[in-house]
Amino acid sequence: MKFVRRHVLTAYAALALAYLFLPIAVVVAYSFNNPKGRFNYTWQGFTWSNWTHPFAYPGLSGALKISVEIALLSSVVATALGTLIALALVRYRFRGSATTNLLIFVPMTTPEVVMGASLLALFVNWKVPQGFGTILIAHILFNISYVVVTVRARLVGFDRHLEEAAMDLGANEWVTFQKVTLPLIMPGILAAGLLAFALSIDDFVITYFNAGATVTFPLFVWGAARVATPPQINVIGTAIFLIAVTGMLANILFQNVRLRKTAQVV
Amino acid sequence: MFHRRKWAIPYLLLTPGTAWLVIFFVVPMWYLGKMSLSQGLFPLFSFSWAWGNFHDAISSYRTQFIRSGEYAGIATAIALVVSYPLAYWIAFRGGRWKNLFLLLVIAPFFVTYLIRTLAWETILSDNGLVVHTLQHLGILGSDGRLLATSTAVIAGITYNFLPFMVLPLYVSLEQIDVRLIEAAEDLYASRPWAFARVTLPLSLPGVFAGVLLTFIPAAGDFINAQLLGTPRQYMIGNVIQSEFLSVRDYPTAAALSFVLMAAILVLVLIFARALGTDRLTVSHA
Repeated sequence: MKFVRRHVLTAYAALALAYLFLPIAVVVAYSFNNPKGRFNYTWQGFTWSNWTHPFAYPGLSGALKISVEIALLSSVVATALGTLIALALVRYRFRGSATTNLLIFVPMTTPEVVMGASLLALFVNWKVPQGFGTILIAHILFNISYVVVTVRARLVGFDRHLEEAAMDLGANEWVTFQKVTLPLIMPGILAAGLLAFALSIDDFVITYFNAGATVTFPLFVWGAARVATPPQINVIGTAIFLIAVTGMLANILFQNVRLRKTAQVV
Repeated sequence: MFHRRKWAIPYLLLTPGTAWLVIFFVVPMWYLGKMSLSQGLFPLFSFSWAWGNFHDAISSYRTQFIRSGEYAGIATAIALVVSYPLAYWIAFRGGRWKNLFLLLVIAPFFVTYLIRTLAWETILSDNGLVVHTLQHLGILGSDGRLLATSTAVIAGITYNFLPFMVLPLYVSLEQIDVRLIEAAEDLYASRPWAFARVTLPLSLPGVFAGVLLTFIPAAGDFINAQLLGTPRQYMIGNVIQSEFLSVRDYPTAAALSFVLMAAILVLVLIFARALGTDRLTVSHA
């Protein structure tokens, strides 16, 4: 009975994973398609040319460049701001911490379409021209909450004795932070940064409301989908996927190596 | 340690980030609220306590509101059924590969949202394998289709927000002390009984968080209805989007946004009350 149960569950999990990867398989497969018309919906024949000429479709490289720039800038700024908030929330008791928690939580539960619309209302009222700057502002905004949550999870499980030991040995608070606290929460900060980068490069809805004439990669796909779907879109999609997965794998391995090292020391 | 001015440290740490959240989240909400009570034509709107906007918004788009609730509700339920066993399997059977399996679950969502949805368009298309199989099995008529139906839109929503369900479920299941389940079994609880009385109640915070995190973006979504459906499947997100960006009737769009937020908030509170999880909302916040 136990045997059957175990395998039923395993089979179910395998099926669920297959379901999750089905569209990805389609994206990857169709990146090698050689469509006759403008739309890349039916299989016409195999070709390498989409991969050897990923930017053959006009406007694609520019859109991708803007997306990467915004993802880099917004993840760095949001990670810095969010980490500071997480430190304050976990390490100190202060008036207003409940309000701050609410301020972190509510943006995550706001539908994207509403958040995008509210920013649009702000920029219209302040007569701020929409473009690169307004997209960046919006991306930093929605990333902050996710960074706080991720870094806070790391800080909560933190053994404060390690810091006390450093201070007993004569380190002041700043040195302790640099030499003990920061290295220990670094995996959390890195994970938060990666998450922020991924959220930013994928965002469509909020960007759509605040882009003006600027075109990011998701906006490019949206615009293209109406008139044509060049297979180059699949190439870039696959490439982003591979880079992200490699980054996450590296993070997991990095943490495992650290764990093993710590285990050896103890 | 610097004892003096120590009280100021948390505020110094907080200020930059919270200032960003206040200026670009709270203030915009205020402007959106003001806009929802304004009148006029683009780009000249004037504030006039026009509560009628709300009445008009609700009565004109009642169908889309109800549809959003239905689609999001069904999609959330399916996502829960798909995700719970998967999260359970990773948490209790994943062993040292837990993180790797978790990565496998998240990985598909690093393909851009729109590209993923376009892939579903290919999968569900009229001459695709899924439609042919269903026609062959007689589930779908010979001229039946999936694309441009509510089934396709719900399928797309279910898929696209799945990580928001899997991750909180996994976190709550993974934290369960296995000894509690073993204790129940030692005390002669059958495996299903131990699951129902120990594992399931202990994972409820994850179910609660997962349902919220899936339902909220699902209810506001407009991409799936746009790419996989037709105007007959349009949800409230489609209406807000087009009122803002095409029609440019900002007051109506702003009123719709607030009604959507309020509706979601009410549903969340009812849901919290039903699950008896008032405590959970607090700990989650």
